[in-house]
Parts: sequence; structure tokens; C-alpha cells
Amino acid sequence: MYSHGSESLIKQAREIQESELQKFYSRLVKLLQGKEIGHETVDSLQRLHLILSATKYTRTLPSELQKRLVPLLSSPSEQLQVLSSAVLRETLPLSGQEHNYNQEHFSQLNSHAAALLLSQTGSRADLSSLCAQLLRSLESRPSEGPSHTLTNTLPILNTILTHSPECLTEDNMTVLSKKLVDWLRYASITQGGGASSGGFFTGPRSRQPVPIAELDGSVSGDFFTVLCVGQGFTEDQWMNVYSFSMLRHWLLTYHSGSNGNTTADAANRLQLSLSLSHSHSFSNDDRSEVDGSVVSMVSATSSSSRLLPPKERLREKAFQYCQRLIEQCDRKAHKRTDTDLQKACLVEAVCILDCVCVEDASLVYRAFPCIKALYGRLSSDLSFARVLLPLAQFYLNHGEMAAVDCECVWKLVFSRFPAELFNDPFLAHELLRFLRVNLESLQLRVPQYTRSFPNLLKFLAWDSPAVVDDFVDLLPSLVTAGTAVELLHTLLDLPCLSATLVLQFRSTCLPISESGGRGLMSLDAFRSPSYRGLFLFLLRGEAGSGDTIDRLSTLHELLAEAADWPRVIQCTQTVPVLLHIFFNKVIMVADEKLLAHLILVQLERSGLLLNIPNYIKEIHRVFSCHLLRLCKLHPSLVVDQSHELLEFAGTTANVYSKEEIYTHVVWVLGEYLSVSCDSRCSVRLITSCFEALEAVLFEITSSAPPPGACRPAPRVITTLMSALAKLASRSHDLIPRVSLFLSKLRTVARGGSVPWCSDEEDLVAIVTRGEELWSLLKAPGVAQSVLTPPPHVTTPQWHRDTNVAMPLRLRLLTSLTHSQ
Amino acid sequence: MVRCFLINTVCPVGALSAGESRVLYSRVFGPDVGAVSGQQQQLSPEERRLLQEEKLSVVARQVRSAVSLSREASGRLLVEAVPGEEALALQDADSGVVRLRAGDPFSEEMSALWLGVQSLGFVLVCEPHENLLLAEGTLRNLTRHCLEHVHLLGGGSEVLLKSSRIDVLLSRLLPHGQLLFLNHRFAQSLEKEVAAYMAK
Repeated sequence: MYSHGSESLIKQAREIQESELQKFYSRLVKLLQGKEIGHETVDSLQRLHLILSATKYTRTLPSELQKRLVPLLSSPSEQLQVLSSAVLRETLPLSGQEHNYNQEHFSQLNSHAAALLLSQTGSRADLSSLCAQLLRSLESRPSEGPSHTLTNTLPILNTILTHSPECLTEDNMTVLSKKLVDWLRYASITQGGGASSGGFFTGPRSRQPVPIAELDGSVSGDFFTVLCVGQGFTEDQWMNVYSFSMLRHWLLTYHSGSNGNTTADAANRLQLSLSLSHSHSFSNDDRSEVDGSVVSMVSATSSSSRLLPPKERLREKAFQYCQRLIEQCDRKAHKRTDTDLQKACLVEAVCILDCVCVEDASLVYRAFPCIKALYGRLSSDLSFARVLLPLAQFYLNHGEMAAVDCECVWKLVFSRFPAELFNDPFLAHELLRFLRVNLESLQLRVPQYTRSFPNLLKFLAWDSPAVVDDFVDLLPSLVTAGTAVELLHTLLDLPCLSATLVLQFRSTCLPISESGGRGLMSLDAFRSPSYRGLFLFLLRGEAGSGDTIDRLSTLHELLAEAADWPRVIQCTQTVPVLLHIFFNKVIMVADEKLLAHLILVQLERSGLLLNIPNYIKEIHRVFSCHLLRLCKLHPSLVVDQSHELLEFAGTTANVYSKEEIYTHVVWVLGEYLSVSCDSRCSVRLITSCFEALEAVLFEITSSAPPPGACRPAPRVITTLMSALAKLASRSHDLIPRVSLFLSKLRTVARGGSVPWCSDEEDLVAIVTRGEELWSLLKAPGVAQSVLTPPPHVTTPQWHRDTNVAMPLRLRLLTSLTHSQ
Repeated sequence: MVRCFLINTVCPVGALSAGESRVLYSRVFGPDVGAVSGQQQQLSPEERRLLQEEKLSVVARQVRSAVSLSREASGRLLVEAVPGEEALALQDADSGVVRLRAGDPFSEEMSALWLGVQSLGFVLVCEPHENLLLAEGTLRNLTRHCLEHVHLLGGGSEVLLKSSRIDVLLSRLLPHGQLLFLNHRFAQSLEKEVAAYMAK
């Protein structure tokens, strides 16, 4: 699809020589001077656009050329309008000519010229004046301008509103609110004649007016909406579409606009309503409610809103419009595209209802019957899941006030959606956004939220790259003292969940006899009743049925072949990030008991992970980092958990298989197993720790590594030596044993190569470290103060002392200036 | 509203390093944000344009990664479609959303909806509160028209040399970035206008 031809065109456009470019420009100027603009000109304009747009740097056109391009904007040929607009958008307006594109008649510009002008507005003030003009054109009578420009107006206004809502004054808002009411509620209910936008010949010679139809073909019995069809449409019907399309954004913007100053706003409303009641007789937007014959449920229930001020009136009409749309969505559409549109309309209608209810709480009671009925109708059909999310938002915002039971809604959102729709990327995006946006409210009102993490994590397990960003934001809210341990296990087994979801997906998609799944051991296991419980645990929907399972290693074996599945690998890459977030949060919510438990989980799980070497390595790295942080924060944890830590550190195999975490455990033991950290630390404890580490160090330095394992890392050896020296410095009886070991080490190393270290430099470094420690231990008093320094040395405060710090600073400054 | 529409490559391109993407068409809607918001008023227009181009290429790269990761995960094999098989190609397209965090690259959070058709990505960058169901339908519709009217399935370069056709499409189906609730009748009458333009 993307050819070399295109690539070389881009290259040519970028690398065009200046002289060539000038020639091209002047040829184009000549072409544009001609009376007729032919094929060649069009082609050249398109090439010019390519040349300008292919580079990210701005090229400046000769002013002669630029001047010739401007008139094309209002050429009768749309092709020339488009091309000149596209070209000029890529350049800068000529200096002093920024406002040359007929700003005074902006509202009458064609769409392409308007787009250009909009893209080149240089300031907020320009935008405001554009806005004012557009609104003025709306107020003037529709016959004044060409009709197609009217449809342009609302999208442009909406764009301006998006970027700079403060452009609109209170008066502007009133005008637009009134117009929107007109178009939304009082568009023609007869079909427009053939032409799409009320051409010249329509109207006078029209035959008997044909009423508009519903999507199922029946005659429409109420006001016009975007779900009404006909052979053709009148202008106000088009405006109905444009108005509804921007309605929600308008309500949202305007809501936030009126939020700031409530008293002033209320006063304004009062004034408006007063002035309205005075001007009632000649205000042209106060049409009769309905022309006569057709009155449906919606119209019949509407209160007389004529006396409301414009904003409230719009709110009221928006409310009615949405209710009617929801009614209309019940109808069976003939076209599939219309069925899709109905869903989109439901989303929009529910969002608008929510929005007007947020503004005016009294509407909640009127809206809920309709919302409840809609929920009742859709909740069993998961193909409507994306409509059900805005409904959930409505329940969340207003359920409490209307005293409505929301339990079933949360069951749907937290149970069925993630469990059954984990593979829908759009639902995942919207659901996770819903959670992010409403996090506070959910934590307050929906206790299931935190418990549902095993379910929510299915989105992550299925499509990690797409949703990891959302989980970075959400994860901290899921970490509580109650969930921490189970959540940690669940995160560690996320790749297993990922693999299991793949299996589940395959086994539902492919029948058992299908060859696609044959040869997959894991798929057979997934279907086998004897392993059912293992997989069901992974697929559980709610937390609380146990932190993890006993036969985890069996599960890992069953899923071994998943180690190279792309989905699983993508998942393994996100787990370390999430673990960091988990640990950062957990230290804020956990007490020491829980932290101690988490240390045990880390020790245990470091050897119990799905067998993907990179994954295991990364997890060990994360564990090491946080083990250290936890112990630094609560040194007494080391004494508390000394039994388990010692067991871990005393197991020689861990040196080879869990080097990173082993090193850290040893360091932690050496550092924090000390009376100064915890008074419960007895001599016996120090001695038993010393003996365990000594045994390991002796074992790994006296023989070759076991078959299959690589040599122990030099860092492990030096860490062990340092830990032993530290322990000995706290219990002097042990000093001779370390010294003996260190001297032996020196002797062995002098003899040349050793089986446990291949690199000569490493060996030298190890021996040097040994010698240092040895000489340090010769003066036990010094050793203790160096190896177990008191806290005021490790966390010095003297730099904060003005008197002490001043000379230091001076010296620093001197050294800086002198080095120049 | 929709902030921009892009067509970019989602396959390796010879001249680019891995992971890079070539933007073949881009259209940013609305006023120059930098000039209007006041955040980048100290920048010259040239610098603002450069910044905008860089932002678009950030989106293009993000989408390129999203498409390849999604294809890698699903493990589906791409079937080459030839001109005339536009509907089929569209049916086979992968799709998804990328969340663009505030500041990366736009100052507010955005949702980038993408459709991966063969080696090309079609992208709508929307405000996150936008009706994504409607946006998805609009993106499919736009993509179908682009495939047909600029003959993207062929190996030609019309996407570069007839980009004005895409401008016209956008002016009808997504005027100034406004997503429209169009039932099939409204859509038909707009498509008639588009067809009339293309026939010239």
C-alpha cells in the first residue's frame, strides 16, 4: 500500500533545490495569471501543497504567488477553494495581511476559506471577534446568506468554544441557546424536497408535504430528531443534526462557565427571566409548543417552558430531545449503520441527561424512570456495554440522591464487563477512563471497587501495552492493607492470567475437534477437569478467596509453553513497573506486620514464577530494590523475620539462581542484624546468622559451581565477606573465624586460578576487599565504628548547621572558581 | 471535538529507523492552539508550526507502536488486499485506542482512535469525553472513503498528490472536526456531494 514511489516523492519534495523551487513558483504565477485555470494549474497547486507539507519547516512563498492564491479561496470551483486553502494553511499569512481574507464576511465564507482563516487566527481577540460575527449571522434572517454557510457555523463555533470558551459573552450564550432550542425542538416535521439543502426550486412547487419517518419506516409522530429520515431534508433539519452534535459540549462548557460565580449567575438568570417576560409578546423564538396534530408522550409531559430563561429553556428542551431519542432507539432500524447510530445516540442522550441533571438536580427525579427503563432493557445484552457505561455514570452521579439501588449496576461493571469483554479495546479504554475519572466517588460509594481487582486486571493481562498507562494511575487505589498480599500474588501471576485468557479465548472460539488448538498441552490442561480449580482461581472475579494457591508450581508447568506467546511476553514487561507502584503505595498503608508478610512473600515468590528468564530477572531486581527500602525504613523487620531471611541466605542454591535478591538479603542481614537497630538482637542470633553465611561462603569458594550453574558473581562473594565482617565486629568472639577465612582466601588466590572465579581482575578485587576487612578487624573498636557506624554519621546533619557549614561552602566555592 | 486526523505508515519504511512512522496526510482542526491559548505566544509562527508537526509525529509513532503490538499479540496474519477489495480490507482492519496523557504531546489528555488497514494507520485524535462510539463509526466511514477515493490499496501516490480529495471528504463528514450524528439518509446526501466532487 505504501510504495517506494510515495517515499521518493516525499524525498524529492523535501530536497528540492532552491533554484528549481523558484522556477516552479514563477511558472505557477504565470499559470494563475491565465484566464482559465486548467488541469495543469490544479496539478501544480497539488504539488505545491506536497512541497510545503512534506517538511516540518515553514517555507515562505513569494508574495506575488501568495497574492494570486488568495482570490482562489472564493472561486466558484470547490477544487480551487480546497487547494488554495490547503496551500495557504501551510504558509504564514503575509505580514500585515493577516486579516485579508474578508474577515468582515467571515460568516459567509465557504468551509475551506473559513478553515484557513480559523487556523491563522493569531490571538484570542481575533477569535472573539469571529465568534461575535458568527453569532450575528445566526441572528440575522436565514435568507441573507447562502444557505450552506449556515451549517458551517455551528462546527466553527464549537471549535472556538473548545479552544477558548471565554470568547463567548453572556449575551452570546443567550443567543445561541435560543437558536439551539429552535433547531432542536422546532425543526420541520415534513420531508424536504429532493434537494439536500433547500435549493432554489424547492418550496413553492412542493406537493402535499410528506411527514418525516422513523428508522423502522413508520410515520413519525413527534418532533424531528437525528433519528428521523426522509427523501430529503430542509435546512432546519440539517441544523437539527448540527445542533444535537454539539449540544453536549455546549452544555458542558457552559456549565463550567457558570460554575465560578453563582450569585452573579443567579442574579443574571433572574434578570433574564424578568426581561423575557416583558419581551414575551415579540420574542420570535417563543413559538407555540407544537403545531397541533402530533403530540406524543414526550411532548405531552413537557411542562410549559416558555417562561424559562434561555439557558434553562435549552436544558429543558435538551431533556425532552434525549427522552425522545431514547424512545426512538427502541425501533428496529432497517440499516445496520442506523443501528450503530442508535447506540451512539443512546450514549449521547444518557450523557446529556447526566449533564443537565448535574446542573439542575430537580431533573433527576424526572430522568430516573427513563434511565431505569433503559437500564432494564439493555443490561442483559452485552453488545450494549458501551451504552451501559454512561448509564453507570448516571447512577453514580445521581443514584444516591434519588435513593436508587445501584448494586446491579456495579455487578455489571465490575463483574461481567471485565470477565466477558476483556478483549474489547474500546470498552477497556472507556471503562478504565470511567474508573479514573470517578475514582474518589467510587472509593466512597462502591465498596466492590477495590475487591474487583482480579477482574479488572484482566484488561491488563489481555492487552498490556494499551492499558498499562491507566493502571499506573489506578493501581495505587487498589492497594489497601486488606488487599495487599493477594494483589502482590496476582500481579506476579499476571503473565499466567494472560496465558489463561488466551486459552479461554481459544477454547471458546475453536471447538475441541478443531485442529487450531491441537498440540497445545496447555489447552488440554485448561479443558481437563483435574486442573479446573487452578485456572478458575486465576480467572476469579473477586478478591477474598485466598491470597494464592498451593499448586502454583503445577500451574507454571502447565503454562510453560506460553513463555514465548507475544501476549504473555508483553504482559511480563509491564509487571515490574506495576510492582514498583505497588510497593511505593504499600509502605504508606501497611503496618509492620503486613510489611513482614510481604517480605516473606517476596522470598517465597522469588523462586515461584512463570519460567521466563527475563521476567524472573526483572522481578528479582524489583524485589531487591524494595526489600532494601522496606528494611531501611523498618530495620526491626530484619530481626522479626530473621528466621526466614536466614533460611533463604543459608541456602547455597540461591546464590546461583537468585543472585540479585540473594545479595540484597545478605547485605540486609549484615547491615541491620544489630543491637542498635533492634534491642531484641541477641548474640546468639548474630552467631547463628554468621554461621549460616560462613557455611555458604565456604561452600562456594571451596569448590566449582554445581553442574549447569554459572560461577557465583564476585559481588555475592564480597557482600558475604562484608556481612561476616560486620557481624563479627558486633560479636568479637567471631573475629578470629573471619580472619582465618580471609587469610586462607589470600593463600588460595596466590596459588593462581580458582574454580569459582574465572576473571583475574575480579579475583584481585575480592582478595583486596578481604585484606581490607582483615586489617580492619585487627582493631575491633575501629571495625565496629566503621562497619556499624552510629546514625549521626550515616545521616549527617552538620551541613544544616550554619556555623559548621559556612567554611565548607566557602571551600567548595573556592575549589569551583579555582578549577576554572 | 476531533483535534486532528492522520494517515500514517504502520509498517517499516526503508528510509526511516525502526519504530518511526511516515505521516502521509494530516489535518489539524480549529485555531492555532499555541497562538490562542497564550502558552506559546513567545514562539514565532514558524516555531509553532514546527511544534505542531512534532506533535503529530509523536501521535503517529504512538499509533505505529500500538498497531504493531496489537498485531503481534493477536498473531493474525495480514492478508494483502488489492484495489477493489476496500470493504474486505476495512473488515479485516485492527483497531484500538491510545491514551495520550496530558502534556504528551497535547496539553490536555486525548484519546487517539486508530484503525490499522494493511500498512497504513488512520487516526482520529479526540477529546477523551467525546462520544467514542460515534467517533469509531466516523473513522470507519472516513477510512472507507479514503481507501476508495484516493485508491490507497493500489501502490500509487494519490494520497500525496490528491490530498485535496481527503480535504473535501473531511469538510463533509467531519466539518471543522465536528463529529456528526448522521443517519443513513443524511450520510447519503453528503456522500452524493462527495461523489459529485470526485467525478470532476
